[in-house]
Parts: sequence; C-alpha cells; structure tokens
Amino acid sequence: MTQATATQTRDLFSKFDPLIAEREALLATGVRDPFAIVMDKVLSPTRAIIKGKETILLGTYNYMGMTFDPDVIAAGKKALDEFGAGTTGSRVLNGTYQGHREVEEALKEFYGTSSAMVFSTGYQANLGMISTLAGKGDYVVLDADSHASIYDGCFLGDAEIVRFRHNSVEDLDKRLGRLPADALKLVVLEGVYSMLGDVAPLPAMVAAVRKHPNCMILVDEAHGMGFFGPNGRGVYEEQGVEKDVDFVVGTFSKSVGTVGGFCVSNHPKFEVMRLVCRPYVFTASLPPSVVATAATSIRKLMSAGEKRAHLWKNSKRLHKGLTDLGFTLGTKEPQSAIIAVILTDQVQAVAIWQALLELGLYVNMARPPATPAGTFLLRCSLCAEHSDEQVGQIIGMFEAAGRTVGAIG
Amino acid sequence: MTDRQQIFDSVAAQIAPFNKKGVDLTEATTFAGDLEWDSLTVMDFVAAIEDEFDIIITMNMQAEIETVGQLVDAVAKLKG
Repeated sequence: MTQATATQTRDLFSKFDPLIAEREALLATGVRDPFAIVMDKVLSPTRAIIKGKETILLGTYNYMGMTFDPDVIAAGKKALDEFGAGTTGSRVLNGTYQGHREVEEALKEFYGTSSAMVFSTGYQANLGMISTLAGKGDYVVLDADSHASIYDGCFLGDAEIVRFRHNSVEDLDKRLGRLPADALKLVVLEGVYSMLGDVAPLPAMVAAVRKHPNCMILVDEAHGMGFFGPNGRGVYEEQGVEKDVDFVVGTFSKSVGTVGGFCVSNHPKFEVMRLVCRPYVFTASLPPSVVATAATSIRKLMSAGEKRAHLWKNSKRLHKGLTDLGFTLGTKEPQSAIIAVILTDQVQAVAIWQALLELGLYVNMARPPATPAGTFLLRCSLCAEHSDEQVGQIIGMFEAAGRTVGAIG
Repeated sequence: MTDRQQIFDSVAAQIAPFNKKGVDLTEATTFAGDLEWDSLTVMDFVAAIEDEFDIIITMNMQAEIETVGQLVDAVAKLKG
C-alpha cells in the first residue's frame, strides 16, 4: 500500500478537509469525541462500563431490552453450535438456513401478513425495497426528514424523487396532485421520526394519498415496532391504518435487540422481490445465531404488553422531568420512546453530552446533516428495562449537567 | 416584458427571503457558491418555488440546477 503524503497535497480526501478541521478544533478544546465511544463491558440492556465507569445507557434504541433476554441468548447459542458462525452466502444461493425461514415465519405471524423478507440490515431493507419497487418513470414521494436509508434507496434507484415538508399532509397532497395521474408512485412514510421522536399523522396522510391514483404506501416502523399498537406492530397499527399500508419495513436492531432488517407485505407478487432486489441478493445473509435470536425475540414481543406499559411510563416521566427542568424538547408531549433535547450549538451540545458522560449517563449526540433544521440534539431513547430508580437518576444527572454548562437556569 | 423575464422576477422574489447576504442576482448567480445555501435552505426554497409556480422540481432535476438562470429555464419548461 502507498504511504500517506503531506496533507497539503490535493487528492480525493481534500473535500473532507473542512470536516477534519472542525473536528480537530472541537477536540482541541479538550472534550471527548462523541463519535468514538467504546463500551468496554455491557452489563445489561441499560448499563455498561465506559472508561472504567458504570454508565446508564440512554441512547441505544434497545427499546424493549431484549438483548440479554435469557431465552433469546439461549436460542442464539444453540444456533451457533448447530449451524456455525456464518452462512458465507447470499439468501438466494447457499445462505438460507432453517433459521432464516423461521424468522420470516415469526415476522408473518407478528405482522399478520402473507409475506416477509429478511435483509442483512434495516438500512439494506429500505435500500432494497425503495430502489427495486420504484423504477424508471415511477415516482418516490418522501418526507423531507426521512432517514438516510430512505434517501439512499432513492439515489440507488432510477425513479423520480419528490420531497414534501415534514409531516405536512397538505404538502403531500399538493405534490401528489401535480404528478402525472398515470405514473406509478411509492409514498414512503415513517411511523416515528428518529431525530425528534415525533410520530406521523398516518390516518390523515393515508387519506391524502388515497385521493390520488396509482399510489402504494410503504411505512418504516424501525422505531415503532415493539412499542406501538395492541400487537406491537408499530404506529400504523396504533393509528388504525393497517388496511391502507402496502409495505412495512423494519429492523431487528432496535426493539428486537440484534441486527437485520425486513419488509412484510400482503402483495400477491411480493416473493419475486427475492430475485430482483439487489441489496437482498448480492450480500451475505445473517448468521444463524442472529436469526435465531431475532425469531425468539419477535415471538416474545407479541405478548410484551407489560413492558410496553412500563416503557410508556418511563417516556412520559422523563419528558415531564426534562420539561420541568427547563430543557427544550423535540416534541411538546411525549410521542414515542425517543426524547430529544434541543440545544443551541455544537459547543453547548458537546459540553452537556460530556458532563452527562462523566456523571455516568450515555446519550446520543446528533448534529446536522442528520438532524432537522440544523439543530444540535442530545437524543435519549428509553428502554422498558430502565427502572423507576434509573429514570430518577437520569433526571438528576440532566439537572446537574444542565446547570454546570448553563443550559438551564 | 417577456415570459422569461417574468419568471426571473418571480424567482428573484422567492430568493429574497433566503438571500441573507444581499447578493446581487444575475443569471449566473449560483445557489451553493454565491448564495452559500446549505441543503436545508435549498429544500425550503425549492418547496416555495414549487408552490409559487404549481410545479414539481424532482430531486433528480435539482441535482442539475446550479444557477439562477438554469432554474428559470427549468421553471419555464415545467410550466409548459
């Protein structure tokens, strides 16, 4: 391999110089790097050791705390013993084992659909579904605050891409009305938007879409699965629009507690996707232990009503606690298991983030371009396994950190 | 006044609220370079233009539009 040359030389890395300079300036102030945290030990879904300090985890998306569930772990160990460490193959060649079939059966039962297709990550599920469903001459209509995997699915495909203002029913309706009536359209929505933790007004959006011809609707329930709806299917179930949604995309890396992605649907031709969807075909399938843990977790999530109730309680309590302290949050009312604290600038955001870490609390720091409207966020995601005592400690740590940094009075 | 000039004037009126630096607008003014707009500003502006002219400027088209003149041409074409 070549050796790196002096930084003055112009090469393909030169476009990253402003970002490198910004990060160097920030780290020169003595703060820890928010994007280089290492968990030395993980004690439970809610506790880890970071740099020798026991830390409460409040930024993991591990909503239902399934990562250490004894049944889930046992299923993974058994599959590892019986089927080996990996499949070394594509789902359509040598990479479909009994476990892949079983996890797809579990998904079909969980969602009550006729088809389920498992991808290696949630990112690939959106990438694959969107780029494959919408082809040349078709339209993808998406919310401006959509996740990167939805945007990347658009860029991978050949369709025309149209954005509407975040969660604006009127804007969606207007844009659909301007598209050619005979063109085929895929409208992509999310149940929960992960940056601010706000929920989509799906009944109104679905009604707006159904006024226009030739539309199919895909809802990403990455942050809704496990938590919303009587069966934990997602926001679309809770809001009663199941009959109007054509595709649900989701992930195993949040409530399910492992890694992987999926799409479920009742479309009679859905199975052809396995042959034409490149992010499904041209990558290795999930390891046997992963699909075994996912299948076990999904089946347990079907009857997790008590956990859901405790998670709601945690979310409401943290939202109220932080509001009472004077923090500005992403939503006026708690809408999901995500509570986003909005801060004025990067310096303040990193200062509180670090103060919290030193007190023993990990949250996600998020910055543009991942965040809407150029905001800097400390994003908290609650877990059903956070105890009442931990939520109390979390609020106490936010109070101490907020006062130290001067973000609250 | 030609149709094109009318479109230019309407586009200029839509740019005004986003033109924080008061840059003089010509056909050659670039959105990223001269106006220094970030992607969020571009998104808000595109939505405003779409509503003003009752058109859709897809993201595919937006990728090809760098100057005010190119936007005026695109609007003229889309209005048909």
